[in-house]
Amino acid sequence: MKVLVAVKRVVDYNVKVRVKADGSGVDIANVKMSMNPFDEIAVEEAVRLKEAGKASEIIVVSMGVKQCEETLRTALAMGADRAILVETETELQPLAVAKLLKEIAAKEAPQLMILGKQAIDDDANQTGQMVAALLGWGQGTFASKVDLAAETVNVTREIDGGLETVKLALPAVVTTDLRLNEPRYVKLPNIMAAKKKPLEKVSPADLGVDVTPRLTTLKVAEPAKRSAGIKVASAAELVAKLKNEAKVL
Amino acid sequence: MPRLFDQWRQHSPHYNESHDAWGESVRRFVSREVTPHIDQWEQDGELPRSLHQKAAETGILGMGFPEAYGGISEGLDTFHGIMFSMEMAEAASGGLLAGLMVHSVALKPVIALGSEELKARIAPAVLSGDKIMALAVTEPSGGSDVANLKTRAERVGDHYVVNGSKTFITSGMRADYYTVAVRTGGTGAEGVSLLLIEKDAPGFSRTKLDKMGWHCSDTATLHFDNVRVPVENLIGAEGQAFRGMMKNFNGERLGIATTCCGFAMVALEEALAWAQERTTFGKKLVQHQVVRQKLAEMTREIYASLAWVERCAAAIDAGHENPAEIALLKVQATRMLEYVARESCQILGGAGFMRGVKSERIFRETRPQCIGGGTEEIMLDLAAKQLGYLG
Repeated sequence: MKVLVAVKRVVDYNVKVRVKADGSGVDIANVKMSMNPFDEIAVEEAVRLKEAGKASEIIVVSMGVKQCEETLRTALAMGADRAILVETETELQPLAVAKLLKEIAAKEAPQLMILGKQAIDDDANQTGQMVAALLGWGQGTFASKVDLAAETVNVTREIDGGLETVKLALPAVVTTDLRLNEPRYVKLPNIMAAKKKPLEKVSPADLGVDVTPRLTTLKVAEPAKRSAGIKVASAAELVAKLKNEAKVL
Repeated sequence: MPRLFDQWRQHSPHYNESHDAWGESVRRFVSREVTPHIDQWEQDGELPRSLHQKAAETGILGMGFPEAYGGISEGLDTFHGIMFSMEMAEAASGGLLAGLMVHSVALKPVIALGSEELKARIAPAVLSGDKIMALAVTEPSGGSDVANLKTRAERVGDHYVVNGSKTFITSGMRADYYTVAVRTGGTGAEGVSLLLIEKDAPGFSRTKLDKMGWHCSDTATLHFDNVRVPVENLIGAEGQAFRGMMKNFNGERLGIATTCCGFAMVALEEALAWAQERTTFGKKLVQHQVVRQKLAEMTREIYASLAWVERCAAAIDAGHENPAEIALLKVQATRMLEYVARESCQILGGAGFMRGVKSERIFRETRPQCIGGGTEEIMLDLAAKQLGYLG
């Protein structure tokens, strides 16, 4: 069974991003970039499925600038078999990514597509759902457990009230939540071996997809600074303040 | 995880995605396998063997050793080693690096000079973390003056009989194999050979030493009392000790210099975080000009040493290893660390004197960096000679 995994190159989670002075976005010119942590969980899950003998081949896909190749190499070092980079300088929004993934899925015919539930840069949480809709496949989002059988997959989802398990017919789309697994640290020999694994490059035009952004960012601003709190002397004063000042009671 | 190093590497010509990926792996190894336990190991006075095995699985122990013996060297360059040292520094423990990595100098002479049989018997067990290996050169009667060492090995039939002692030996209490420098011939360097001695050899004993720092690394004095060593355990030919150990020097010194940069960055980041948090006289420490001047000066010193580390590493990878430059770099980087660790503890104030603070341990452990791998004085003298200053 072929598994397709989508990975995004994002600002590393350790970086404290700064808003550009002109408010046009976040300054990413001089910061460390890494694989989106939720996507790393997706790769790890696919590798575990392969190690368990349930998946036969893992194809990892990334989209964006040339440097996404580095992100793909990391996925190959983790255990993916081959990589596809859809190379473009154009800003990619979730719908464009979903359309590109749909075309790749049509070509590769995977039985399972695994994505991170969202990327830590724009926090959109849309691509997995959109690609499932475009393909007409079932979707199991926010997965904390994935139980793959020959023709179905059981996905345990983290929802407000607890856990929900859905059974999906394959092919299907799964998006990963934080607790699905803990990604491995990659071994040095595998990092070096990943350089020799196949990495194919295509363009959005090759796939016949128009990726022109449909949304325009008007302004990016830092969150307001939190002002200092106060101490109240008694419960009565607290209740009075909640009632009269905060007006939440 | 020195973030400053992430920033430093941006747009650097020296690092590619395999360096980044390896750095990330080591970062995770440290945060999962080391950081939660390091304080306990410091109390225990030694590292567990399971750590060696985990490090082996990750590729840490095998770095730079041939694939045939379980190592990994194809495609690796000196910058993979730099990534390793910088990321391991996050644990702020010199003892960790010493105890875990001493095989990198103990095994190298075996790989360079040893018989095929010896290599096949020793190397895979060491590189898989199953056996621990130590290097024993320094003696109670002298350290840097290696050419005059006194431990004697007399050839008697198919054995050597070894008498003498070694001291300040890292992993000396735990090691299974020892690469020992012994005198087999006459005076001077030509009379010194390397012997592989195993821990169970009758007449061999070891005494634990207590130290100022590096508490998680066991250090020992070794005693050889008529220890019989089979001639097959001779590493290379008689008189080849220097040839074997020369293979270590430059890499070891560059490694120490890199580690100093890593520890300095960790100390700086700790002091910086403190300065941004702590309030005195109505404002954050960092808002006091005198404190941020200190922080900028520390950064300046670190950058200078790190740039030099990269210069030497690039030269090594291009086949132009320069021993004088590496020797001077070692002095530069160790003095830089002494300065930065001191300033960091100064900014941390009372907290910098408390156990549990990284800068406290880094400060306390600056000494062995300035001594091991060649003292400052020997390094400067070597550089002066190699640069032709004697005319």
